[in-house]
Order: sequence, then structure tokens, then C-alpha cells
Amino acid sequence: MTSQYAVELRDVVKKFITPEGNELSAVDHVNMRIQNGEFFSMLGSSGCGKTTSLRMIAGFEWPTEGEVYIEGKPMGRTPPFQRPVNTVFQHYALFQHLTVFQNVAFGLEMEGATNSEIATRVGRALEMVQLRGMDRRHPKQLSGGQQQRVALARALVKVPNVLLLDEPLGALDLKLRKEMQLELKSLQQQLGITFIYVTHDQEEALTMSDRIAVMSHGKVKQVGTPVEIYERPSSHFVADFIGESNFLDGKVTASSKKEATAFVPALKTAVTGIPVSAGIVKGEDVIVSIRPEKIGISDKRVRNTNSIRGKIANTIYIGSDTHVIVDALDTRLKVWEQNHVSHLDPKSFYTVGEDVWLVLKPENTLVLKKD
Amino acid sequence: MLQRLRENRSLQGTLLVLPTLLWMVVLLIIPLLLILLISFGKRSPDGNVIFTFSLDNYLRLSGYSTDCPAGGRVCFDPLYLQILWRSLTLAFNTTLLVILLAYPLAYFIARAHPRRRNTFLFLVLIPLWTNFVIRVYAWMILLRQEGVINLVLGWLAGLLHLPFQPLEMLYTPGAVLVGMVYEFLPFMILPIFTSLEKIDNSLYEASADLGANSSRTFWRLTLPLSMPGVVAGTILVFIPVMGTFIVSDILGGRQVILVGNLIQRQFLDARDPTFGSAASLILMVMTLVVTYFYTRKFGFGEEIVVA
Repeated sequence: MTSQYAVELRDVVKKFITPEGNELSAVDHVNMRIQNGEFFSMLGSSGCGKTTSLRMIAGFEWPTEGEVYIEGKPMGRTPPFQRPVNTVFQHYALFQHLTVFQNVAFGLEMEGATNSEIATRVGRALEMVQLRGMDRRHPKQLSGGQQQRVALARALVKVPNVLLLDEPLGALDLKLRKEMQLELKSLQQQLGITFIYVTHDQEEALTMSDRIAVMSHGKVKQVGTPVEIYERPSSHFVADFIGESNFLDGKVTASSKKEATAFVPALKTAVTGIPVSAGIVKGEDVIVSIRPEKIGISDKRVRNTNSIRGKIANTIYIGSDTHVIVDALDTRLKVWEQNHVSHLDPKSFYTVGEDVWLVLKPENTLVLKKD
Repeated sequence: MLQRLRENRSLQGTLLVLPTLLWMVVLLIIPLLLILLISFGKRSPDGNVIFTFSLDNYLRLSGYSTDCPAGGRVCFDPLYLQILWRSLTLAFNTTLLVILLAYPLAYFIARAHPRRRNTFLFLVLIPLWTNFVIRVYAWMILLRQEGVINLVLGWLAGLLHLPFQPLEMLYTPGAVLVGMVYEFLPFMILPIFTSLEKIDNSLYEASADLGANSSRTFWRLTLPLSMPGVVAGTILVFIPVMGTFIVSDILGGRQVILVGNLIQRQFLDARDPTFGSAASLILMVMTLVVTYFYTRKFGFGEEIVVA
């Protein structure tokens, strides 16, 4: 009999006293429901409360208010060593005086496992993270990536129901990090364990997660799948935090349940048929968000579309894409064009000062409440 | 000249080492060689050194003598061996007791709130501001027959209508042990504190996370990781305790004579520098041997030896 949720945070508040003696809510009335077997990420910049939330699940901190439930059981002040969760720490926190084998065996010894059982399980865990044959080394003799794997094996060998990961890839270089992201994801799918992953790297969160909680100033701003978070951000903050976007002031001139029409003064045009989030009313001042990769660019006017004239202000070639900055009417828009064709001829790219037409599709536009 | 110095790195190194080297040669190596030379000499009747090569002083330390008060050609008296053995065991016991007392205190300080930590460290260091000898004398006032401890005990016994005989504490091996432990405690607390403080908090969290309660965390994590501090402290305490003579002189009187006292008396009272030199060398060899085996097993306390 397992509960519906692997971990649940109900109205959790964590207050700290700053060195100046002020009270600070690191986590401010947070509610989260994390499903069994889910890869769940908490995403936010430093100080948003993601690590504090994770530490409350692990039991290193206790909530000031509210309750953390693990598999339906309220945790209260249960110490970490009695919780069915294990943690992979940001800087690995490996025991330097023990070998790789002893590090991984530590948690099993605490369970009172027999020596032969320990040997088998540690061997299997090391194999899982591809560290076979390293068992007699000390952590100092390993590379950063290998230490990271030891930390992972040390936590996974306990077969926890929930694995907590606190920016585990933060110290690795980009290439290794990308490799480990995929490896972690496939490991999670293979084991079926719930992963709760804390990161400030949105790409990492988007790559690995089933669902993401975007956090800011101790509050959860939005919870959703990577697609939902990116394509349907619920607020200006989330739209700005995840990816890049063009934000324009607008006014709602007509609205139904699903769609709205907004007049954008900067473009001297009304965009119709925009998907809206709840609670937008006619006459409201809003922010219209357009993702740069969703704006079409052309040197000729395209018929039957919402087209706007513009002038190229700058172009930046970044390999896969060209980032084009276009001055259109009273505003400046970011437009990303994929480099479909391999070309060395500079004339094939847009040149500064060139006149172009921008194509805005209403369905690629979002109306957001002002924060 | 300056140009040459700039280019020649080994010359630079030599110049940097030179002052220390001179210091060591003049004040350590040469005196040591002199002591070695004197220890093989003979004492003239008026207390001067006759340079020769004689093993008499070493034989005398080992207990054999050709100068027998009771007659006969060779006689055996274990007096000096007893002194050496007493010094060694006292140094062992002192170090052990100091570790047992210093560890909990260092642990307490290391885990205290950072703001209070400095206050505690300050309190540990305060006694060191007072002269070593004065601090030992203070123990005399506490321990002697009509001293503070006996006064308080007598007063308590009086209250309870019990018969009271003042305890004889001063001039006993116990008094010397207490004095030594007191004197050298800070030298153990500080290194243990330093190594405990270096243990990252995330390691404690990792241990708890993996299912270890606080006592298992202590034995599996805290203690092994703080061993470098214990080792460093042991070296800092054991070596001076082996050689010191002030504590035993003041708190042990004529009852507790250590190698340090023996050497001091040979030079100042008995005016036999040859025997004093021999005893000094034996003390040095003993200390070196113990330290050698100890550091071979545990290192110098700088870090855990990685196999």
C-alpha cells in the first residue's frame, strides 16, 4: 500500500533569522505533490527556496509551518536517518577516509546488512554507475565525474523510494554534464525511483524532468511539464525565466474564455486569437509575449498574414541559429532563424539596415497578466 | 651580480635557506655534537670534563657501576633505569589523559555556535598568558597538606561530623600527572579543534542521510576524520612531557624524579656534565624512537594517509 504521492509538501513555510536579526521566509507557503516514479525538478535562481525545500524533505531542516509527507506519512521532526529518502549532495560529500567501496557500503552497514549482501549490492551499484574496478580507490584519486558517480551509487545502493539530488551536476564541465543528464534520466526510468532534482539550469530541468516547479522568492510560480512551462507560462516571471521572449505592453480589446484580442501600441496593430491564461478581462493592461524562434522573417511581404515591416539592426551567428535583432515600428524584437542551409556566402545572411517583413502568428503569441 | 642572482634559481634557494641553516648549525648541530663528545668524557675531581673515549656514563645509566660503595668490582643499581621508565610511562599516561580530556572539549567548541566558538578558544588560551612556573605553583597551593582542596574537604567533613585526615597529595606521582595534564591540555585541544572544525557539515548530513544516528556517525566519521588533530596533539604533548623537569620538580619534590630532573641535577648540582650529557642523549633517543614508530603508524597529523 503506497500513497498516491511519493512526496507532498502542504503549506510549508521555512523561516530563518538573518545575521542582522531579521526574519526571512526562505520557503513561503509551498504546496507540491510529487507522484510516484516521477522525475520532478525544482528550478529557480539561488535563494528561491529550492534547496531549502529539498533539505526539508531530506530532514536536514524542519518546516516552521506546514508539513512534509513522504508516502503519505507526515514527517514532523523525523531525523534524516529514519526517512526513506537518500540524497546526492551538491559537492558529493564523500567520505575521504574511506575507499569507494566503503563509501558505497556505508549506508548498507547502517542497515545491518551482512557482509556478503553488502559485497553483492555494492558491486551491483558500482556497475550501474560504471565504476567497476574502482572500489579500492579513495575519492581523492577520482575525477569529478567519477566522484559524482560514487555519490550516486552511495545513495542508490540503499534502494530509496525517493532520491533527492541537489544540483549534482553543477561542478562538472558542460560536455560531461550533458552526458550525465541523459544517464541520470535513463537510470531513473530504469529503476522507477522518484527523483526530486534541484537545479538553477533551465536547460537541465527541461531535458530531464517529467514535471518542473519554477520557484522564486520562496514561492512556487508554476508547476508543469517542460512543454507546458515553456509554451504556456502562467506569468510574466516564468515566461522571462524560462527561455527568452519578446515582451510588449498591450491592452485587451476583446476576450473570450480561450482567446483574446490585444492591441499592441508599439506595433500599432491588434493581435487576434491569442491563447490566454485565466482571469484576463477586457480593457486590462497586459504583457504580450512572443518567443523569438516563433517569429517568421522574410525579405518579401507574405500575403494573408499578420506582417510587420522592420529593419535589421544586428545579426549574431551562433552556429545552429542566427539571432537577428529587428527594429519594427517603435520597438526592437529578437528573432531567431535556424540555419537550415550550409552556406559560407555572407550575402545569404541578413545584413544590417536591410528591410524585412516579420510574420507574427497569433497562436504563437501569449497574453500574460502584469506581475 | 644581481643579474646572476636573478637567473640562478638554485642560488636563490641557497640564499633563502642560509640564515636558518646557520642558526641550526650554530645553535643545534654544534651543541649536539659537543654533548655527544662530552658524554664519552670523564669527570675530573674538580668537576671539569676530561675528553676521552669512555662508555662509563652509559654503563652507569644502564645500572652497572665499577665504583661500588659496598665493595666488589661490578655492582648493579636499577635507579636510572627506573627514572627512564618512570619518565616514559608518565609521558604515556599524561598524553592519554590529555587526549581523553581534550577531545570532548574540542568537540564541544567545534560544534558550538561560531560566535561563541572564539570566546571558548580564548578561554582555553588564557592560562598560557601566565608563566608556566607560576601555573605549576598554583597547583602547589591547591594540593599541599593545608592547601585549598584539603581545606574544603576538611570543612565538608566537619559539617558531616566525619573524622578527617588531610590527604597527602603534593609530592606524589599523582600530583605530577595532574600538573602535566593541566600544563599541556591546550596543546591537544587546539589541533583537535582545528581538525574537527575542518569536517564539512555536509559529511554529517550525508552520514545521517545514509542511516547513521549520531553515535555511529561519531565512531565512523567524526573520530577517524579528526585523528590528524589527535596525532598532531600527541606529538606536541608527548615530546615536551618526556623532557620537562619543572612540573616534577615543584609538584614531585624528591619523590618523583624524571629524566629531566636527572639531567638538570647533573649539570647544576652534581656538576657532572659528562653523565648529564649521556642522559640527555638517551632521552633524545628514547623520544625519537617512540615518535618514529608513532608517526610511521599515524603520520604527522597533516592528513589521513591515503593507501
